[in-house]
Amino acid sequence: MSTRTPLSKVQGLGSAHSGVAHFWRQRATAVALVPLAIWFVISALHLVGGDHTAVSDFFGEPVNAILMILFILAAVTHMSLGIQVVIEDYAESEGGKLALLLLNKAFAWIVGAASLFAVLKMAL
Amino acid sequence: MADPSAAGGPRPRPLSPHLQIYRWTPTMAGSIVHRATGLALAGGMAFLAWWLVAAASGYQAYEFFSMVASSLVGKVVLFGLVWSLSFHLLAGTRHLIWDVGYGYQPRAANAWGVAIFAASIAIAAAVFALGYGAGA
Repeated sequence: MSTRTPLSKVQGLGSAHSGVAHFWRQRATAVALVPLAIWFVISALHLVGGDHTAVSDFFGEPVNAILMILFILAAVTHMSLGIQVVIEDYAESEGGKLALLLLNKAFAWIVGAASLFAVLKMAL
Repeated sequence: MADPSAAGGPRPRPLSPHLQIYRWTPTMAGSIVHRATGLALAGGMAFLAWWLVAAASGYQAYEFFSMVASSLVGKVVLFGLVWSLSFHLLAGTRHLIWDVGYGYQPRAANAWGVAIFAASIAIAAAVFALGYGAGA
């Protein structure tokens, strides 16, 4: 026996089957970021005090460029999911929440696009 | 939020007490700091993008970035970011362990909470010593 109301059946608005997508992506990117963040810190330490050619030579190595691209993608995804939760927890008005959620997405896309472009420019 | 009682509606429901009345515990502090360091790391991502774009732009842009990053303010910000990352990494790993169902005993959770604060500061100090210890 179904517990759904007749109205709900008529409207066809059931589960979109994406209820845990946010939670799951947050965890998947977290797992990926553990080794990637450690790699990034070790790599950045090697580049402290160097000039721009040291950085572009570093990303000229395919392995470094690929790992950096993975780090950026995982980090901006994890970041935008995390900030989204903070906004949803604290935003007082519906309009303000919508504006902040859009700003959050824009920030992640801009930071991600700029970082990826820079890495690709140095790599290629 | 609109006050329903002003429009002749029901009385507002009682609210739970606000943050400051609770006794601080390591788990509570860890939770708040995990969120705060996550937000700080969003600033770190903008800083990272600046570093990469500056390096890709060439000599002048990178010199300016290096000047800011190696100034006193830059070093303080960088230390904050390095500590935020080490805390968020350790506390985040603990969240993953909680997610699979371990570490909920109050005594263990509090002990690990304190350990994560201590370890994150030690790791941040070690990373900074490695990065700037050689007088760079």
